[in-house]
This record gives sequence, C-alpha cells and structure tokens, in this order.
Amino acid sequence: MRTLRIVHLLYPTSAAPLSQTQALLDVQGLRVTFDTDRGPATVVHGLDLRVSAGETVAVVGESGSGKSVTALAITRLIDYAGGRITGGRIGFTDRAGVLHDLATETPEAMRRMRGPEIAMVFQEPMTSLNPVLRIGDQIAEAVMLHQGVGQAEGRAEAKRMLDRVRIPESASQLDRYPFQLSGGMRQRVMIAIALSCRPRLLIADEPTTALDVTVQAQVLRLIASLQRELEMGLIFITHDMGVVAEVADRVVVMRNGEKVEEGDVQRIFDAPEHPYTRALLAAVPLLGSLADQKLPVPFPVPDGPPPRPQDTVTDQPVLEVRDLVTRFDVRRGLFGRLVGRIHAVEGVSFDLRHGETLAVVGESGCGKSTTGRSIIRLEQPVGGTIRLAGLDVTRLNRSNEPLLRRAVQFVFQDPFASLDPRLTIGFSIAEPIHTHRLLQGPAVEQRVRELLQQVDLPVEHIWRYPHELSGGQRQRVCIARALASEPQVIIADEAVAALDVSIRAQVVNLLMDLQARLGVAFLFISHDMAVVERVAHRVAVMYLGQIVEIGPRQAVMGDPRHAYTKRLLAAVPVPDPRRRAYARDLDDSEVPSPLRAPSDMPTVAPLVQVGPDHYVARHHVGGLY
Amino acid sequence: MLVFLIRRLVGTVPVLVAVSIFVFGFVRLLPGDPARLVAGPDATAQDVAAVRIELGLDGPLLQQYVRYMGQTLRGELGRSAKTRQPVAHEIGARFMPTLWLTVAAMAWALAFGLLVGVISGVRRGRWQDHAGMVMAISGISFPSFWLGLLLIDLFSVRLGWLPTGGYGDWTHFVLPSITLGAGVAAVLARFTRSAFVEVSAEDYVRTARAKGVPERMVVWKHTLRNALIPVVTMTGLQFGFLLGGSIVVETVFSWPGLGRLLIDSVSFRDYPVIQAEILLFSLEFVLINLIVDVLYAFVNPEIRLK
Repeated sequence: MRTLRIVHLLYPTSAAPLSQTQALLDVQGLRVTFDTDRGPATVVHGLDLRVSAGETVAVVGESGSGKSVTALAITRLIDYAGGRITGGRIGFTDRAGVLHDLATETPEAMRRMRGPEIAMVFQEPMTSLNPVLRIGDQIAEAVMLHQGVGQAEGRAEAKRMLDRVRIPESASQLDRYPFQLSGGMRQRVMIAIALSCRPRLLIADEPTTALDVTVQAQVLRLIASLQRELEMGLIFITHDMGVVAEVADRVVVMRNGEKVEEGDVQRIFDAPEHPYTRALLAAVPLLGSLADQKLPVPFPVPDGPPPRPQDTVTDQPVLEVRDLVTRFDVRRGLFGRLVGRIHAVEGVSFDLRHGETLAVVGESGCGKSTTGRSIIRLEQPVGGTIRLAGLDVTRLNRSNEPLLRRAVQFVFQDPFASLDPRLTIGFSIAEPIHTHRLLQGPAVEQRVRELLQQVDLPVEHIWRYPHELSGGQRQRVCIARALASEPQVIIADEAVAALDVSIRAQVVNLLMDLQARLGVAFLFISHDMAVVERVAHRVAVMYLGQIVEIGPRQAVMGDPRHAYTKRLLAAVPVPDPRRRAYARDLDDSEVPSPLRAPSDMPTVAPLVQVGPDHYVARHHVGGLY
Repeated sequence: MLVFLIRRLVGTVPVLVAVSIFVFGFVRLLPGDPARLVAGPDATAQDVAAVRIELGLDGPLLQQYVRYMGQTLRGELGRSAKTRQPVAHEIGARFMPTLWLTVAAMAWALAFGLLVGVISGVRRGRWQDHAGMVMAISGISFPSFWLGLLLIDLFSVRLGWLPTGGYGDWTHFVLPSITLGAGVAAVLARFTRSAFVEVSAEDYVRTARAKGVPERMVVWKHTLRNALIPVVTMTGLQFGFLLGGSIVVETVFSWPGLGRLLIDSVSFRDYPVIQAEILLFSLEFVLINLIVDVLYAFVNPEIRLK
C-alpha cells in the first residue's frame, strides 16, 4: 500500500512532462483478474516491470505464469479477452513525452496508441493474420490508420516494410493471402505490421516458438536488428532460456502471476538466486552438454542420485526400413491431372535395434513425421520394405497386421487432442489390451493400474477424464496407452514438444527409464536438438524427404559432416549469454519445397560412410546441398 | 475459378440423373394403377390404355425411362390431367410469383438475420443479445400458417393496411414474405451470432485490435467477413427451406405460385404436374447449391485460388 501511495505522488493522473530518468514503460503493482464461472481469479499479482528505450527485457515463465496476460494488460487487449486490470499502474511515456497511465486510459485513447506507440507480435503466425485479406492490405491498414495517408502511400509503405523484414520479391507478395505463405514468412509479415508505425515499445509474445529452428534464428536476428534501428523498447516473452540468452538485456522470471526474480541476463544465468530460476535453468537441455558422453544420459534430478548412462542397445535389429518412399500426388484442373508430387519420404533406410533410441531430426516438411506414419501405415508408402523382428510387414495381411499394430505404438505431439475427451483415462489405456485380447476380466483393470504406476501417475486417475489432467499428465497417459500392448517399438512424434521445460525433462526421463526397464526401442521424431542429445543413441537428419546424415549421436552432433546438419546445429540458440551469436552468419533463404513436377525425380543415392556407423549423403539433395 | 465452376457443373450431372430416376420411379412405384386413377372411375379399359400411353406407362421400364428422359430434355412435360393444358405452361405461369416471394423473403431474412446476429454477437451476454435471441427462438417456433393468420388478422382485418392475400403490387408481398422469411431470419440470426462469436476469438481479430483498428472496423471488416463464410452455406440450405415453406404460405395467402399448384395437383392426383414440380424443385436445389459454392469461393480466397 505504501509504495502505491508514493507512486501516486510521482504520477499524477493527468499527463506529466518527461523527465530524463523516466523509463519508457513503468509497470507498478499490476494485478489482472479474470471473471470465471467460479468467481474472479487473479492471475497477475502485483507485478513491477520497467523497460527503457532500446532495452530488451525478457519475461520468462512456464504456462500459467501470467506472462502473456501481462502483455495483454499493457496493451489493454485484455479488455477483449475477458480480463480486467484490478490494481496497479502502467506508466508509459509517449512520443511527445507525455506520461500516461495505461491502466486507466479510455478505450479510444488506447486504440490510438496501439500501433504507433505500442505494438505486438504474437506466437501463432499461422492464425494471427486475417485469412480473407491480402497481406499488403493488412500492413497498409495500420499505416493508413495511424499516419493518415491514402491507399497508394499505404501500399508503398507496406512494400517498404516487406523489404525491411527481408521478404523476397516484396512487390508481388503484397497481393498474396496468408495461406500462401510459410509460417516463417507469415511471422515476418506480422513483424512488418507491428513495426509499420515505428512503435516505441514492441511486445513479442513467444514470436518464434511455433517456428523451425533455422527460421527462429532468422526471425530473432531480424527483431534484434530492427530494434536497434528503431531504438525500440522490447519486451520478449518466452519459455525458452536459449532464446533468452540470445536476446535479453534484462530478465524477469515469473511464476504463478508473480515475479520471482529479476536481473541482468548475465547474472541470471551465472548466479540464479531463486530456487525456481535454478530449477528452470537446470531443466533446460543444453546442447553440447553431453559432447564427451558416448551414451545418452537422463536429465539430472535435483537432490537425486546422478543419472546413469543409458546402456540399453542390443545388436539385434527390431525394425529394418529399406528404401522407404512415400509421395503425395497433387492433382489439379478439370480432370484431376497430376501436376506434381510431394516427395515426403524418398529412399529412407535405417535399422532400429532393441533398446535403442534413434532420433529423426529435421524441420517442418522434411518428412520425419511421414516416415513414422508410413511405418505404422497411417500413410501408405509407395515403395520400400519394412521388416519387424525379421518379419516382412511391407504388405499387410490378416496374419501380420495384428503383429505390427501390437508391436509398434505411437505417441503423438498433442496430448490434448490425442485422448478422447469422453472416455476415462482407464478406458483409454485398456483399449489396446481389449483390442489385442491380451487379458480378460478383472486382470485388465489390474494391468491398467500397473501401467499408471509405470508412468508415475496415481492409480486413482483410472476414473478421471482427460480434461482433469495437466498436459504433462496427459502425455503420461498416452505413454501408458502405448505401453499397454507391450510394444517393441514406440514412435514418439514430437512427444515432448508441447510441454513446459520442467515437465519436458520429467517425461524425457520417464521414457528413458521405461527403455531401461522394458528394453523398448524408440523412434524419436523431434526438431529439438538439445532434447535429442539427451535421449538418442543415434541420430538421423532428414532434409527434403531424405536422410542426409545418420550415425552415433556423438559423431553426428559433435562432428557433423553434412552442410544441412551444420546449419541446423548452428541455428540452435545457446542458453549462455556470453556465446551470443549476433555475428553468426545466417542466410534468409527458405527450405525448398518437396513439391516437384511429375517428371522431376529427386536424386537418391546411397549414403557414404565417413566414420564408424556414420553415413552422409554426398549426392545433391534439393536446392541447397 | 473457371475450372472450379466447370468441375462443379459436371458434378451436378449425377445428381440430376438420380433425381430424374426418382421422379420417374415415383409414379410407377405408387400403389394402384395411376392410369386408372387419372382416367377416372367410369373409364373403359380402352380409355385406361389410352391414358397409360399418354402418361408413358406402357412398355418395359428401361424403354419408358429413355422415352421420359427424351421428352423431359425437350421440355415436353405432358399435359395436366386436370386442365388439359401443357404442364410447362401451367408451371411457367406460376413460377415467377413463387420466385419473387422467395427472393423477397430471403432478402429481408438475410438483412434482419445478419443484423440481429452481429448485434447479438457484439453485445453477447447483454440485453441486446438476449432480446435478439428471444426473437430468434420465437421465429423458429412459430408455425408459419399460424403466424400468417395472425398477421392477416392484425394488419388486414383489424387495421386494414394490407391486402389479405392474392398477387399484385408490393403491398401484396409484405405479409407473405414476412411469414415465409421469419423462420429463416431466425435461423440466420442464430447462426450468424455463433459464427461471429467464434471468429471473435480468433487470433487475427486480436491482431486487428493490436494495430489499433477502430472497433467498428474490427466488427465489420475483420470479424464479419470471416463469419460470413459459414453463413453463406447456411443461406443456401435455407433457400431450400423457403421453397418448402412456400407451399404453406401460398395456401394461407392464396398466392398463385408453385406451392399452391403442388397442393392442388396432389389433391387432384395430377401426376404429370406433380412429377414436373418435383423435378423443378430438385433443379432449383441443385442450382442454389451451385450458386452457394461459387459464392463460397468468392468469400474464401483459399478456395478461390486453389
């Protein structure tokens, strides 16, 4: 209360002249409340936050920490999201040097500020642009609104902005619709909209989370250079400590709507004070931390015994994939003429041994998911052979299909979408047991309880429904369901990508623990190189439908031989502010499309051995390599 | 776009064939001998045979179908058993009144439904929303024959402002089109509201506000344009509903249209007219769906440009 009164003296309700020491943004004691069916729920409790011109403040926290709500409160977009500001002040000094309290500004005054004074970039580039409007018009709209210029001038400015965010052939891009652009390009358009009115404060809410790692590096670098150019204050909201180390001057760590720690970026990484900050940093997989380890090692548990290396691989292959090809025909025109093919998987070969984790890495559209889906026939491959424990399962028939369905299980990325909301957890887990007629009667329930224990969930969850569980718990349920048929292989397709860092570490450890106990083999499909370093015995790098490099994890990540592997590793943000890589040379090119004309077959050639069990493509793959 | 249109047109052919088989089979599958029914109770066996030939009910089924299709494609729909006039002539005279009634009903239903839907969507949870939705529920719940009679009682009998029925100048249109469109307006209002509320929660609406777009434009430009996409589909379906509704409304308001013609010919067992009307109604449905698909592509660039 005392501080609030002082603040009140410093900031009279009407506009005050600019003083030299004033921060661009000075949030004091911010409280944000949502009205829910069960009454008001306060999600931000008395937050203080200062940002000066040209400064980058990273706001870090896991889901539910209130970091996005804070951003919405500063822009007052919270008014339209069902929340209200129930306490505190949001001091903001505008271009003219006038101080405002954004918490009490009128909606119309706030509208005038959004754009020229404060702009936002959101997490989801795929849904943040209006699908029925041309991107040129969406940029020009902001310019015309705030600068009072006409259509022609607005359009010219839109083109200049597209150049500025380095979208090639900007003139022809103006008339395109969002669905015609890739995620990375859409995020550039979002940045162009946000910066079109030269805001003094930019709030970027997880702007790179939905992007591939090389695209993320491009967008981060773009934001940083534009920030310096325009001398903007930047609030960068993220859960990714690697990104924090890459961009921040100062760091604010939030949990459950409160600030737990604040400090200079270097200090936060070197000497975190709050236990939560320490736990957060410990859970961050650090690429290169296992560089001198041959085997994967689980995440260290605070106050636990040191983790044991994962020595579980046998010589016996359980899954042998040879020359797998999956293509999707693209038909167009009146008679559905074949105009092209998407070469999703092109000549992929690998072995997976009992107890082994083979990570398949690459960026969106590289074919890693299609490879996994083709193995269990969620997609129909057009060529190649698949052998399971010596048995040919390329062509499914009545005798080998049940074997494949039982021995190979799948865990999907989104634990929210992959459980039936109307079935209890117990029912979902029991379903494979019934389908494969493994047990009957009361033994089924006994087995479900056992499975819940295996994935460290309380057995009472058997009667719960998915919506009662958190994301991490749901993913554990999905893992239990996958284990129910006693599989030899589990294909985990980005299975930990949607989870918070600390939960992610726990689930990764669970998977490794299950492997040690049950000897199950994982095909671990992931875009996250740091997690892959933790779990994988071997790594396969996919690019444009082909494996361009495959080998022991230590060799591929420590001594990458293929240009694309190198590019991929270089783009991973390093959670160490000292190793910030502004100077890192990144190209702005996009990955070429796997869509090719029907007559234009990609070159496929056997990989060349460069080390023990380490193979690399030496032929020309796609447009780049 | 052209390819899309052509493909869509070609796609209607199997539908039309199926409809023609249904209409063809309709008379032949009915219990009893239609030729005897049409010829009347006093007809001789010779008369019945003559009627059978006139109705095209002689010879093997396949031959009958081919003959029927040939005649239909040439526009020869036979003669009405009641008036002995050519069916095409009978229908032609009634077509425009029904079309105008339907269009008038749809026009005000769309205007009213969209407006109420958007207002309810913008003011959701407040009195405007509740009022709008009470109106919508009422519109859906009132049977149209009853609503029609109430309106006649109030505006024609008590106040004497509008004619009780018949076809003529615009005053004749007011009550029938309101009666016919009430249900559709209500459905569209509810549907627009839910589409609007759904789109309001989209990320790109937030983006629009984040760049300082005035609330009026957030509603009409950013939200409604996207909410219209499902509404277009719904409007097409409702057009079909109006065609069905016109049967009741035309009877209530003695409107000289296709709906009443259908009722008359059913009570007279005028098979050639019934057959032709069913065919026409089906054609209209197919045509409306075609227009809806084209409109859908028009409002949705993702369909248009693919």
